[in-house]
Amino acid sequence: MGVGIEVTNLNAWYGTNHTLQDINLNIPANHATALIGPSGCGKSTFVRCLNRMHETNPIARVTGSVRIGDLDIYEGAKPVQIRRRVGMVFQRPNPFPTMSIYDNVASGLKLNGYSNKRVLDEIVEKSLKNSALWEEVKDDLKKKSGASLSGGQQQRLCIARALAVDPEVLLMDEPASALDPVSTSKIEDLIFQLKSQYTIVIVTHNMQQAARVAEKTGFFLNGRLVEFDSTHKIFTNPSDKRTEDYITGRFG
Amino acid sequence: MPEIRISQSQFQPESTTPEGGDRGRPVAHEPSEVRKYLLSRGNSALADRVFHVLMVVCGLSIFGIVLLIVYALMLGSALSWHKFGFGFFYKVFSDPVTNLPLFWDPVNARFSALPFVYGTLVSSFLALLIAVPLALGLATFLTEMCPGALRGPLAFLTELLAAIPSVIYGFWAVTVLVPLLRVHVNPPLTRWLGWTGLFNNDNPTGLGYLAGGVILSIMILPIISSLSREVMSTVPHSQREAVLALGATRWEMIRMAVLRNARIGIVGAIILGLGRALGETMAVAMVIGNTPEIHRSLLSNGSTMAAVIANEYAEAVSDMHYSALTEIGLALFIVTILVNALAQLLMWVVTRGTPSQTR
Amino acid sequence: MSVETFKFKSRMRAVTDNAVTLLAILATVIVVAPLIAIFAYLLYKGASSLNLAFFTQIPKPVGESGGGMANAIVGSGVLLAIASAIGVPIGIGGGIFLAEFGRGTKLANAVRFTADVLNGVPSIVMGMAIYVLIVKPQNSIIPFSGHFSAFSGGVALGIMMIPTVCRTTEEMLLMVPHAVREAALGLGVPNWRSVLSITVKTASPGIITGCMLAFARVAGETAPLIFTALGNAFWSASLNTPIAALPLQIYVYALSPYDDWHRLAWAGSLVLIVLIVLAVSLVRYVTSRGVLKGAS
Repeated sequence: MGVGIEVTNLNAWYGTNHTLQDINLNIPANHATALIGPSGCGKSTFVRCLNRMHETNPIARVTGSVRIGDLDIYEGAKPVQIRRRVGMVFQRPNPFPTMSIYDNVASGLKLNGYSNKRVLDEIVEKSLKNSALWEEVKDDLKKKSGASLSGGQQQRLCIARALAVDPEVLLMDEPASALDPVSTSKIEDLIFQLKSQYTIVIVTHNMQQAARVAEKTGFFLNGRLVEFDSTHKIFTNPSDKRTEDYITGRFG
Repeated sequence: MPEIRISQSQFQPESTTPEGGDRGRPVAHEPSEVRKYLLSRGNSALADRVFHVLMVVCGLSIFGIVLLIVYALMLGSALSWHKFGFGFFYKVFSDPVTNLPLFWDPVNARFSALPFVYGTLVSSFLALLIAVPLALGLATFLTEMCPGALRGPLAFLTELLAAIPSVIYGFWAVTVLVPLLRVHVNPPLTRWLGWTGLFNNDNPTGLGYLAGGVILSIMILPIISSLSREVMSTVPHSQREAVLALGATRWEMIRMAVLRNARIGIVGAIILGLGRALGETMAVAMVIGNTPEIHRSLLSNGSTMAAVIANEYAEAVSDMHYSALTEIGLALFIVTILVNALAQLLMWVVTRGTPSQTR
Repeated sequence: MSVETFKFKSRMRAVTDNAVTLLAILATVIVVAPLIAIFAYLLYKGASSLNLAFFTQIPKPVGESGGGMANAIVGSGVLLAIASAIGVPIGIGGGIFLAEFGRGTKLANAVRFTADVLNGVPSIVMGMAIYVLIVKPQNSIIPFSGHFSAFSGGVALGIMMIPTVCRTTEEMLLMVPHAVREAALGLGVPNWRSVLSITVKTASPGIITGCMLAFARVAGETAPLIFTALGNAFWSASLNTPIAALPLQIYVYALSPYDDWHRLAWAGSLVLIVLIVLAVSLVRYVTSRGVLKGAS
């Protein structure tokens, strides 16, 4: 089961660039929340603040608080621990090239020292089934390398890898933007299935995608959260004029 | 109502969860075994720290090596340095019996490094004189004129040349090059160019500065050529095309677009070659004649700094002898460091700080 | 200018162009021909001197024909083993430092620059330093000190390997795409584990290649061994005594006046050349196939 995320006065910088300004937001548990906005508006940065990946950049800085469930992720734990509970799927599929499909999915566990083979086998199978990849690869789990799959399959592999560590939250940064339409729709179906078990935050350029999969949507512009509401409302009757301009295509 | 692009039917039904979001009371759900395991893992702060420190130590070992060498060489040359000072490098003694200049007298513990400095400079510059035009010609051919199929094998061949150990070059030089010089090259040189004073052949063995210079040139050629090729091929095609579009011939294009843009890098390559020539030991030791004297003729025997160390170190006759040799080693170390540092700086300027090729 | 002048200048330009092309081709031929001649000569002399005895026997006393360089081959093996034990771990560690921890910092730039400069320092200088530090001192705490030994030779060679391995490791690690590192971090894998099990592992074909290059280069080195390992006419694999080495033996025999020893030196040269050519070719093959399969 997923947990909710409460963001309070979040500010983020890259060097002197004030990328996120005073973000306040409550992301509901077990829902899919979409974040939309034009390029460079800060939505990717925001999502990377939720699992403390933002600070892997040496000139990055964050103030404010993010609570995931009961846990304040900046004060209450170290980044490594947070990232085991908050999974991430990146824009371009990035399976580990030297590992087999099995090892890729199990990597989050094996590299953290887990070695119970029976449980690993179960988890790999379950994660691949959850990411709708099982049928296509079940015969080649240990023979094929992660990099030998097609783009869409690789991304589903990355989703399986993220799911294998049983996170409470799943962050997806434009997961389908590098994929063809068929793979995209497969991934959207996936998100639909998964959100009952996890809290999903998905960054997307594609407004139709947001409408298809997410219950709530947030609109970012120039580092600020302009509007956060139910998806239906955002796309049919937005409160803020800037939101309306964006969805109707006047800019972006 | 604003114009909408999304059909109503696509929206997700609003869930019954209140607006504020669930604050994380999971619904009657036992965390899985995996999750429990991962939650129990620490943050590896200690392991990360240790790893970081270990890697930094490895990185600092590079400085450690330099310091080690400097310390060792200074320690070993202290004796000679105290006795001779800077004069070690330019003093000229004289033989009491013949009154001829004498430089290196282990028996009487009189040491001057002048002949070795001279020999090093002469052989290195001779090597550059021969190698640079050839290397640049080769590099130009390979980058600008060579048909594609030939390029790979030729480049591979050049790489192999660079990988041959010095001692094998020396062996080949002693067996093939030196007799060749002795029989076919030196006599004509003496006959036709003897008036310059550079080609008097007093002891016709074929050994000497010329032999050293030639084998050195063969050895530094691949480095200069490969590096020049690299620099030349980074000149963007747009530059070449611009000049050609103005009606230049191919040579003019090379001169104006490629060589002009690459000249800093090419100079760096040449200096790197010089650095290699200065320190080259085995091949030179085998063909230079190992005579600690200074002669104007390129056909006379001589010695270089590296060669004298290789020849005499294992059987030095006294502590002072060892010390003198070590001092030569220290000087060689400092000179090659400076020359190489200069070359690396030039290459760095060209590549703008990206990691340079290890050669 | 007049038409005649223009026509003349055009012709001159064309002539110059052709002349330069000719010169370049000439330069290439002058370089390549002797190269091939050297290789051919080495192959010919070496092959005709190579026999089974070369690999199994130690040198016979002067005057007796036959014998081999088996002790030198074994000796080189021992020396290279010591050298690799020192050079490879520290070198790879240095490379990891440059690529993963120090990127962009002044310290890393200084280390990188120094490593490149060190690569150009004559190897005889390394040998001398080791002589002063290990071979000469009589009451030192350093093991195997006070006399010529295989250990000192191995140390000298090992120190030579460090800068080379360090730089090639760095270059290979930098080729690992950032996305792969991010994926590991995003899973909550500790940094040390991520660097070792993911980044280094992905770059490992290239890193191994770099080590092979350093290995091949050091295998042919003679100068640092002259006054550390010294050479040995008999079997020896002990760390504590002088030991034979292939390039060292070649040097001694090449300068000797005995035909028999020359023959052995040619055979030894051929063996050395073959090993090095194999290493260089392997390196080229691995690098050209794409060091990082699929990691793009």
